[in-house]
Amino acid sequence: MDSLLTLLIFFPALAGLLGFFIDKGAIRAYGIAVTAIVFFLSLFLWLGFDNSNPGYQFLEHVPIISQFGINYSLGVDGISLFLIVLSTFMTMIAIIGLTIKDNIKNLIISVLFLEMTMIGVFASLDVILFYIFWEISLIPMFYIIGAWGAKLRIYAAVKFFLYTFAGSLFMLVGILYFAYLNQQATGVWSFSIADWQALRIPFEAQLWIFGAFFLGFAVKVPMFPFHTWLPYAHGQAPTIGSVLLAAVLLKMGTYGFVRFSLPMVPDASVYFIVPIAILSLIMIVYTAMIAYAQEDMKQVIAYSSISHMGVIILGTFAMNSEGITGSIFLMISHGIVSGALFMLVGVIYDRRKTKMMSEYGGLASSMPRFATVYGIMLMASVGLPLTIGFVGEFLALLGFYKISPVMTAIAGSTIILGAVYMLTLYKRSFFGEITNEKNRNLPDLTKQEITALAPLVFLVIALGVYPKPILDPIDNSVKHMLQNMEQKAVTQDAKDLLKKATTIGEEK
Amino acid sequence: MIEPISFDLEALNLPSLIPMSITVIGALTIIIIDLITKNLSKSFYVMVSLLFILLSLGSVIAYNGGERGFFDVMLIDGIATLTQIIILTASALFIPLALSSKRFHEFSFPEFFALFLFMIAGFQFMVASDNLILIFIGLETSSLALYALIAMHNREKSFEAAVKYFTMGALASGFYAFGSLVLYALTGSVELHKIEQVLIARDFEPIWGVFLAVVFMLAALGFKLSMVPFQTWVPDVYEGASAALAGYMSVVPKIAAFVVALRFFDIFVSAEIVWVQNILWVVAVVTMTATNIMALVQESVKRMLAYSSISHAGFAMAAILIGTTEAYSALFFYWVLFTFANLGAFTMLWVSRHKGNEFWGDTGYDHPYEKFSGMVKIMPIGAVLMAMFMFSLAGLPPFSLFWGKLYIMSAAVNSEFYVLAIIMAINSAISVYYYLKLVVYMFLREPTQQDGTIYMKNASTALKSIIGFAGFLTFLAIFFVGPLLEVITNYVKASGF
Repeated sequence: MDSLLTLLIFFPALAGLLGFFIDKGAIRAYGIAVTAIVFFLSLFLWLGFDNSNPGYQFLEHVPIISQFGINYSLGVDGISLFLIVLSTFMTMIAIIGLTIKDNIKNLIISVLFLEMTMIGVFASLDVILFYIFWEISLIPMFYIIGAWGAKLRIYAAVKFFLYTFAGSLFMLVGILYFAYLNQQATGVWSFSIADWQALRIPFEAQLWIFGAFFLGFAVKVPMFPFHTWLPYAHGQAPTIGSVLLAAVLLKMGTYGFVRFSLPMVPDASVYFIVPIAILSLIMIVYTAMIAYAQEDMKQVIAYSSISHMGVIILGTFAMNSEGITGSIFLMISHGIVSGALFMLVGVIYDRRKTKMMSEYGGLASSMPRFATVYGIMLMASVGLPLTIGFVGEFLALLGFYKISPVMTAIAGSTIILGAVYMLTLYKRSFFGEITNEKNRNLPDLTKQEITALAPLVFLVIALGVYPKPILDPIDNSVKHMLQNMEQKAVTQDAKDLLKKATTIGEEK
Repeated sequence: MIEPISFDLEALNLPSLIPMSITVIGALTIIIIDLITKNLSKSFYVMVSLLFILLSLGSVIAYNGGERGFFDVMLIDGIATLTQIIILTASALFIPLALSSKRFHEFSFPEFFALFLFMIAGFQFMVASDNLILIFIGLETSSLALYALIAMHNREKSFEAAVKYFTMGALASGFYAFGSLVLYALTGSVELHKIEQVLIARDFEPIWGVFLAVVFMLAALGFKLSMVPFQTWVPDVYEGASAALAGYMSVVPKIAAFVVALRFFDIFVSAEIVWVQNILWVVAVVTMTATNIMALVQESVKRMLAYSSISHAGFAMAAILIGTTEAYSALFFYWVLFTFANLGAFTMLWVSRHKGNEFWGDTGYDHPYEKFSGMVKIMPIGAVLMAMFMFSLAGLPPFSLFWGKLYIMSAAVNSEFYVLAIIMAINSAISVYYYLKLVVYMFLREPTQQDGTIYMKNASTALKSIIGFAGFLTFLAIFFVGPLLEVITNYVKASGF
């Protein structure tokens, strides 16, 4: 199918529009049906994807503003393919696990629009198109947090919106500057990602562009010190909001680094390896410590998300195929695991209306199935071998080891620190005697919850044992990208580093 | 004995006057009809005015004569044509707003419509000339008509607004006259193209004279364009005028003044006179930033929109400063897109106009933020449309004004005004806060009352279709910005800027 990507992007939006006419009682079933269809469409995409071809596939191209070089152009490669599948999968799971009752129609319609923007961001091959989807994704998320969140929801929603919007406006200036350089060099306006990746630009200009893009992406990831909006957003958002925010929206930022910063301004990226690595290390260690100090279960997971995003950034800036492939895999695994963890918190919150760990204790005896699932996800989050979390984390750290063993050692503490706060959480809430009588007769997981969680558990273990089907296509595209970067680099430092990276990749 | 003046009627190029004549004749027709028969419904006058506006629009588009006309006073270049099209289209969309379901004092007088047409003729003269005297006449015709239109709203605040606008406007006219005088004294001409030649020939000396002229012209145009520090009248005047007229004032008089500013400052910008560029830079940046910050603390949606429209004018002023073909195209492009988004927003206020302050007694505003609390639960379509206009004004893609911002920032970057581009970005980020505030009220708060009719008190089919039209253009901008930009660029290029 030639227009599969267009279908994937606009089917949820169209379904969302039609959703206005659906009876309130049937809207949840409608939401599940639509997201399931989209998920299967994305599986078709995967089936039709040629693993041996590292370039963009499923290309679509329609001019929008031809004199300014803005086109509707879509395509996927190994890097974006799995992020699209992740988006459709997590949206489906999140709607299956949805327990909110009031105003559910507006909620489901917002989620469907959000799904459109998520797929759009990952499938865009035109920078302006990317920017459009990137920005509209704020609106449904803003509404989800602001309308169905907890007490401080409006503050959290506005903070979320303002932070990301401000960051991306700097990115817009960077985009325009890049377009101007491109126009100067080639004589035509173009916003095509492929053209930009092929353009050589002077080192000085690269630094500025890197900075502008960095502000846009870093807020979204969120990187230290721009991370302060995230705990609020997570703390106040309803379960479905947190799930989608952690699983997909944050990945847009790291995807931006892989798709834009690295291949478009390789020299600046190499130049900034150390500062970015230091920021990542701060993210990893500092937020892990904050996570340990939290009383609120959801905040623990929120901060642990930031910590793991640090590993992703570190792996990305390893500038070799192990590191980048690892960090892309980690994006997917973190999407699944953090999504599942937020969902589990939602499960217990629905029963007790509190997320404070001190309220719990001994849950393992009253809710054994819940405790088991929680335990598996926790292990995956920590990065236990044979779970999905291990593969990406290991590869990302392995990649960065070639840049700096010392920094990698510090970053490796993520596994230890992660174990510390996660196990503390587990111990305080699940083990021991039941201290609070309210917890004694809590019902275990319902059928609906099991339906939502079982596929996640399956994936966590299956992909942990055998990650090859996903790793191979990613690795292919990443190597291809690294070779382009090497050709494009203008400074000797960057050339050397990338040369080393690409040759090591070939030896394997 | 005075020599007889003889001239060729052909050389007068009378067709260049046709568009303005049509609007003037329209105004006279309305007055004559009123003399003959009273008690005609306002819908009759609305439609007659609309017909004359459309007729004038047709004659603007059909005009294919020379650039100069009527003793070389008229200048029908690409920009004049383009701006007249914008002015007439915006007016054609505005005049049906008089067909509100509730009765308003001003619309029961046929004079309202006559004045309205006179005002349009004034704007047309302003943009279709480079003769300082004819521009002055156009400026005064339109302003005097506008003062009366505001006052006809017949509320206490309207009189205040009209008087305030009148005194400020009179001062601005004084500045304009004085600026023209200085220019005439310096160069011996009142025609901008001759002034340009003389100034370039003597290398913009004497500096104090040129400085004086620039400052006076800037002050005069600054009043009309509501540039800081001449913006103080705007919020009060918009507050006093009806929402429909306020929306009109934020768009049409400004585009006419922008054209005059463009023609005047282009003399200096294209000659790269650094101190003029610096003055313009400061004015544009302060205008977009200061008013943005003032808009943050407003409690009334209408005042917020007033401040935000000043900030948008600052954006457009930046285009004049940049001074490339691309920037001038960006100015018109931006303003066309702004027109539709703003028209939608002000019309939404207009349809929710109600008598007295039955619900929000103590704020003293017609449209406090609280009024829109929980609107999505009462009137979802209206809330979604209003939110879309807000997001568009904030510059969120893919809505219309995003493309304007994109293009104007791109023009800045391409001329290496990097700091300016970053300031524009920061200002967009600030502005999203107050636009978002309204969205928060509409979508995230609980309704304060259940009476949905207040949002539609003043609605009629005509008003609803205008909102629908504006919403349609705002939402689907992505599909027509390409052709629109091409048309605008062609017109701008044709006039040699």
